[in-house]
Amino acid sequence: MSCLFVNGILLNLEIIMEDQNKLIHEVTQRDYRFGFVSDIETDTIVKGLNEEVIRIISAKKDEPEFMLEFRLKAYRRWLTMKMPEWAQLKVPVIDYQEIIFYAAPTQQAKYESLNEVDPELLRTFEKLGIPLEEQKMLSGVAVDAVIDSVSVKTTFKETLAERGIIFCSFSEAVKHHPDLIQKYLGMAVPYNDNYFAALNSAVFSDGSFVYIPKGTRCPMELSTYFRINAKNTGQFERTLVIADDDSYVSYLEGCTAPMRDENQLHAAVVEIIALDRAEVKYSTVQNWYPGDKNGLGGIFNFVTKRGICKGVSSKIFWNQVETGSAITWKYPSCVLMGDNSVAEFNSVALTNNYQQADTGTKMIHLGKNTKSTIVSKGISAGHSSNSYRGLVRVAPKAENARNYSQCDSLLLGDTCGAHTFPYIEVGNSSSIIEHEATTSKIGEDQIFYCNQRGISTEDAIGMIVNGYAREVINKLPMEFAVEAQKLLQISLEGSVG
Amino acid sequence: MLVIKDLYAKVEGKDILRGINLTVNAGEVHAIMGPNGSGKSTLANVLAGNTNFEVTHGSITFNGKDIFDMSPDVRAKEGLFLSFQYPVEIPGVSMVNFLKTAVNEHRKYRNEKELSAGDFLKLLREKKAMVQIDSQLTNRSVNEGFSGGEKKKNEIFQMAMLEPTLAILDETDSGLDIDALRIVSNGVNMLKNKNNATILVTHYQRLLDYIVPDFVHVLYEGRIVKSAGKELAFELEEKGYDWIKKELGE
Repeated sequence: MSCLFVNGILLNLEIIMEDQNKLIHEVTQRDYRFGFVSDIETDTIVKGLNEEVIRIISAKKDEPEFMLEFRLKAYRRWLTMKMPEWAQLKVPVIDYQEIIFYAAPTQQAKYESLNEVDPELLRTFEKLGIPLEEQKMLSGVAVDAVIDSVSVKTTFKETLAERGIIFCSFSEAVKHHPDLIQKYLGMAVPYNDNYFAALNSAVFSDGSFVYIPKGTRCPMELSTYFRINAKNTGQFERTLVIADDDSYVSYLEGCTAPMRDENQLHAAVVEIIALDRAEVKYSTVQNWYPGDKNGLGGIFNFVTKRGICKGVSSKIFWNQVETGSAITWKYPSCVLMGDNSVAEFNSVALTNNYQQADTGTKMIHLGKNTKSTIVSKGISAGHSSNSYRGLVRVAPKAENARNYSQCDSLLLGDTCGAHTFPYIEVGNSSSIIEHEATTSKIGEDQIFYCNQRGISTEDAIGMIVNGYAREVINKLPMEFAVEAQKLLQISLEGSVG
Repeated sequence: MLVIKDLYAKVEGKDILRGINLTVNAGEVHAIMGPNGSGKSTLANVLAGNTNFEVTHGSITFNGKDIFDMSPDVRAKEGLFLSFQYPVEIPGVSMVNFLKTAVNEHRKYRNEKELSAGDFLKLLREKKAMVQIDSQLTNRSVNEGFSGGEKKKNEIFQMAMLEPTLAILDETDSGLDIDALRIVSNGVNMLKNKNNATILVTHYQRLLDYIVPDFVHVLYEGRIVKSAGKELAFELEEKGYDWIKKELGE
């Protein structure tokens, strides 16, 4: 199925799987590869949410007054808001009074060497295949590892500091660079932007902060590994990336989470600001616990990610491979404010079992000659539901804007669903918008062909799916691309009988 | 090597094969000919284990083992190769990656060490030269955008890489021009030895000018109605399949 439409036509394309494929009939599962709980002492506060809790969080983090005010303002606004219900998702009622809003590993001392770090923590990283010391040596990736809410270890800081690059935990940035925080916090995602962004603004625990000075090319990929760990602790990360004039940075975000029975709420906010001629690449591999094969447990992932191409000829690229979480609600977006600015969204979203994903992007064209590209590849298996929701808006003043969107869905089996909800609003006549959408099923004949060459059905599906997603995976930095390929294969293991 | 006894099979509820008996020994080349709809491709697919084809009766043993106990990928690793009539495209999966996986799966099955990237590429170059395949083809996605002839050459190339003991070529000659036919046939002939066997499924005698069969079987309405040496193919070419029908008294 393929369609092309231009200028403000709204397409609501719904495909529910029909009869298919004896091969893909039985859905049996393998357990989550990264399902384990590490036993780290955690300092938590009482569960529940009220102004007092927010004051405690702010006090524990020793924050300046303006941060507390930001939090309280957001909290008061949040109280008046309702959870959005327009997404193609079934979300259970979330009891915010049952959530612990702050947890930090108790060993908060700054370490000189890895020997001083809680060995349990290091083992956790090793199980994930990302030992810090190897990270340091191998790939030249500076790792700001976040376990629960507080940064435990930051590496390569000196190398970066020589170039004036700031890469630190959000809390450190609040302490040492309050001027930058005050200027840019909430610029891309205001505290009242949406329900989950408001919640995050009120209670966010920690996250990462990046500042690339004028004319500086960041010499290495900056990377943060998030990991949700303490039981019953909502995760509220906050990331802010600022690329000053003529700078460049590539940022990697990768996640896995331990097995859980109860659902865990995650509401992160990521803001990117690209100034004149700056370029920011933000790549994500997301593999949070998706729940078991019956749909029990798993992470609820409500994320607000937005970048502003604030300067002329600035560029922002969102690249993501998403295989995890029970529920995903996520639309990494770009506001193309500067003339001649460029934005891209490249995404692979895979859902299996009872996972639900409503994900996509928004491209808001405000500047002249702005250009955006959307490539979205959805893969659905099991009983999952996978929706693409995308908005392309061209303001009247955004002359000669261009957008190209491509939304492909790949279906495995006959019990999953794929949906596409593109919204297009064009305010002038000099802009060109293109949208293409395809839906395909993994072919029984393709699997048989692989079988006939000695390749098992499971490996064949992994291979075909990776081929389908290659266009997006190729946009990821090398080491991430390898990880992403494995992830796609692991996530589909056992999805065919 | 291959023993088929009283084989019946259905496609979409319709009986296609109705009592096939066939024995193929190592070192032999068998041609299976017959009019459209006689069950030639069904036989090829049943041998390879395509689940769209339902076996209702009979037995097949391959190297002494019951073939119905083996999934399609195991049959392949046991040495059964099917050159497809219509090879499918797999977008985004490079030929190199595809073949490396296939070759190593075969090696793992035989408890041999997987080939290193270097050794694999060496093997790839060797076989490419052997079957005279355009070296660009291996850099592309599996069969994607290949012409009809390129797809068929690619099948023979894969056969060269996997070195099967039993190769079933399903209408490999269809859609080939004379030059391509010669290349494909040369490849098949070169791969032939006393330890392996070939089953050629074809409409036309033309292919048999290049690959000379030891036996020719005529398949008609799901049964082998006539078997003889290579001269049978010429007779068929001359008299047409109506001759068979007449002989059968229809």
